[in-house]
Amino acid sequence: MADTMQFDLVSPERKLASAQVTEVRVPGADGDLTVMAGHAPLIATLRPGILVVVGPNGTEDYAVTGGFVQVDASGVTVLAERGLPKAELTAAIHAEMMAEAKKTVEEAHPSVADAATKMLADMEALGTHMSL
Amino acid sequence: MPSLKDLKNRIESVKNTRKITKAMQMVAAAKLRRAQEAAESARPFAERMTAVMSGLAASVGGSDSAPRLLAGTGSDQTHLLVVMTGERGLCGGFNANIAKLARARANELLAAGKTVKILTVGKKGRDAMRRDYGQYFVGHVDLSEVKRIGYANAQDIARDLLTRFEAGEFDVATIFYSEFESVISQVPTAKQIIPAQFEASEEAGASAVYDYEPSEEEILADLLPRGVATAIFAALLENNASFNGAQMSAMDNATRNAGEMIDKLTIEFNRSRQAVITNELIEIISGAEAL
Repeated sequence: MADTMQFDLVSPERKLASAQVTEVRVPGADGDLTVMAGHAPLIATLRPGILVVVGPNGTEDYAVTGGFVQVDASGVTVLAERGLPKAELTAAIHAEMMAEAKKTVEEAHPSVADAATKMLADMEALGTHMSL
Repeated sequence: MPSLKDLKNRIESVKNTRKITKAMQMVAAAKLRRAQEAAESARPFAERMTAVMSGLAASVGGSDSAPRLLAGTGSDQTHLLVVMTGERGLCGGFNANIAKLARARANELLAAGKTVKILTVGKKGRDAMRRDYGQYFVGHVDLSEVKRIGYANAQDIARDLLTRFEAGEFDVATIFYSEFESVISQVPTAKQIIPAQFEASEEAGASAVYDYEPSEEEILADLLPRGVATAIFAALLENNASFNGAQMSAMDNATRNAGEMIDKLTIEFNRSRQAVITNELIEIISGAEAL
């Protein structure tokens, strides 16, 4: 049995999850990364994607967009601007998120346009991944 | 001297008023509980966010490449005051206190020769500020249609602010809202959100050991706009809780006052009824004596 660590997933509106887990797979801005107990302290930003949490009672998936992950000795904290259990991410919600991302791209200041476009692409990929 | 009928009508109408204020008080109490819960569940996010950002700010802030949201534009000529109030009245001094604080700040800035711009969130604040500062208004956010304040509302406001900031419309943004302390105490508060200010925290030292991916600057640039939204969201929730708290105590007072008034009017009513009866008796008796 692998070591466990504290995992928290917080969105601005509520705490989505708080549990002892063995492994967290995070969609980082520079690529996915897996965090296990004893990981070096790390702060990374997120891209829209699926966050996989492996706990003693099986795996749980969350769809997250925007925010960052903080790993330290006490555990993993994911702060997502929007996060919801994968099962709750319906085509309708995804479409709404896509529309929002598109709007951001259109309105984006030139300096952040790249980031916004990337975000839109990630968002699309997320939809394809889940076959929505 | 009002007639018996008048008194009766008045008692009736005050009783109706009491019913309404009582109902409003109970609604506010229920909403307050929910608003407090919302404010509470938003706290972990905001706290973590601030902790990480202040850590980053401490390590990056000194350099020239620091983002403008943190370092500022290098000037403090134009101030944007974001006045956040309730959409409704009947809540004691809640809206007035926020407006008063904002007004004091506006006067102070104007006296110092600064340019003032005002953005209002909430109808009551707009009404209160328009008379004296109408010419400084640059916008208004209407939340009266919003049943439940969500993070999306805060994001909209934040996006508006950031666009204005990018366009160079202002140098410093301050939000005015009411901090919820308890049902009987709400503290009007001014908080500068752009450029971001952090209290020097002990986290600053600890943050040095983190690995950053991507670089510290990029993370900070990504987080600062979110920080603005988070700060606004927290303020909106605090405001909401304060509003309901203020309304609850205001309506509690009103209910009690109405009760006192009903007692007084009832006594007056009984006295005048007794006076009428006595009068009639005297007339009958004196009539009988005359015979």
